[in-house]
Amino acid sequence: MRSTAGSTTRTGTARRPDATRGRTGPARRPHRVDRVRRFSTAERMVHRATGWLMLACLASAACLYFGPLAQLVGRRYLMVTIHEWSGILLPLPFLLGLLSAEFRADLRRLNRFAPYDREWLRAARRRRTEPGARPAGKFNAGQKLYAGWIAGAVLVMAFTGLLMWFTGLLPSISRTSAIFVHDVLAWAIAIVVIGHLCKAFQDPESRRGMRTGYVRRSWAERHHSRWLPRDRSDA
Amino acid sequence: MTGKPKRRAEGAPVGRRAVLGMLGAGAAGLAAAPYLQRGWERFLAAASEHDATGLTGLLPNPGGFRYYSVVGSVPQKDETTYELRIDGLVDRPATYTLGDLRALPQTRVVHDVLCTDGWRVDRTPFEGVKLADLLDAAGVRSPGAAVRFTCFDGAYTESLTLEQARRADVLVALTMQDAPITHAHGGPVRLYVAPMYFYKSAKWLSGISVTDKVVPGYWEERGYAVDGWLDDADRHGEAA
Repeated sequence: MRSTAGSTTRTGTARRPDATRGRTGPARRPHRVDRVRRFSTAERMVHRATGWLMLACLASAACLYFGPLAQLVGRRYLMVTIHEWSGILLPLPFLLGLLSAEFRADLRRLNRFAPYDREWLRAARRRRTEPGARPAGKFNAGQKLYAGWIAGAVLVMAFTGLLMWFTGLLPSISRTSAIFVHDVLAWAIAIVVIGHLCKAFQDPESRRGMRTGYVRRSWAERHHSRWLPRDRSDA
Repeated sequence: MTGKPKRRAEGAPVGRRAVLGMLGAGAAGLAAAPYLQRGWERFLAAASEHDATGLTGLLPNPGGFRYYSVVGSVPQKDETTYELRIDGLVDRPATYTLGDLRALPQTRVVHDVLCTDGWRVDRTPFEGVKLADLLDAAGVRSPGAAVRFTCFDGAYTESLTLEQARRADVLVALTMQDAPITHAHGGPVRLYVAPMYFYKSAKWLSGISVTDKVVPGYWEERGYAVDGWLDDADRHGEAA
């Protein structure tokens, strides 16, 4: 009896916001239009999985590489295992993402450089930060270059990493050479990924876009001026 | 809607070029690595002379040792607590203190230290008791054909055949670079197997046991070669 009563109140409370939403639906509509869908669930999952794998890979690398951290953490075999597997699995979310049409569409957007992307780069070189000087489509030129570079870098790291993991895989390439490229590129990736994180920290709305999938239309029009006008004309 | 992706597809494929460019740079890096690395090492050696901060030690391939341990923490041992046990297939099992080891005839071996992870320290002097002397003192019994090393970190193990263990450049080392071996470097006593990769030179050595066959060590159970000879891998790679 008591549980039935409890469940009724719960259903009641659960129903109320629904009803409210239903009633104020039309009134809220402008608010909803104010937000633009930026990333699909699949895309956000790809990003999240890649991010965690990259973090595990970099953190375990630091524990293997830096003397003080290595002395603090030890457990070398565990760190090696985490590093090897997080590293080799890094391309997996991307590959699974290829099943999503939205992800593939965004890859095409990232790939192509429009004339305004060169304008964006010129503005970036001249340290002009006002959004008006930096026209961008759904992705700006910096994001396009970052995406291409990090994809290539991860592949080179995976290849040199495999050479170190399975010695004698390609006897013509000495292990020392593979390690050298792996070490130097690791530094470049660490710096670039930290740059990527800094950019994200500076822009809460772009973070919200990756977290929830939606961004404010005003933000999109300001920072990605060439992305939305087309959508608007469609509407 | 259908026209949209087509419109987006206009423009140079810069993303693809970035990927391919990076792959090309990686391949060029692999090809040029031996030359780049030599120049880089020379630069680092020069830089570290003027480097008061020690930051050059963080750069790729620094000319120095790196700390490796397979466990979370390793107990500290000194003159009063350190013991080296020799047993297994021997006539006279024995336990040596640090003082006992220091009292035995000392041998000096100067050789390059090479790690499988690519770092190296050239011409590093080690000093200690020849492993052969300790084995002779214990008297290896007839089925004895290999030596197993255990460590007071509680996890690391290593192995050598009896023939390898009797080489003159295999030491139970007490000093490195003319100073007592510090805890971080595997002190107070570590193994030094000069002709092999450094993983064969077990740190924090606490036990030597003669066995009838080679028992693979810690990394050897995890895919490393049981014989870690230096000459077959990097030495040839560098000479070429």
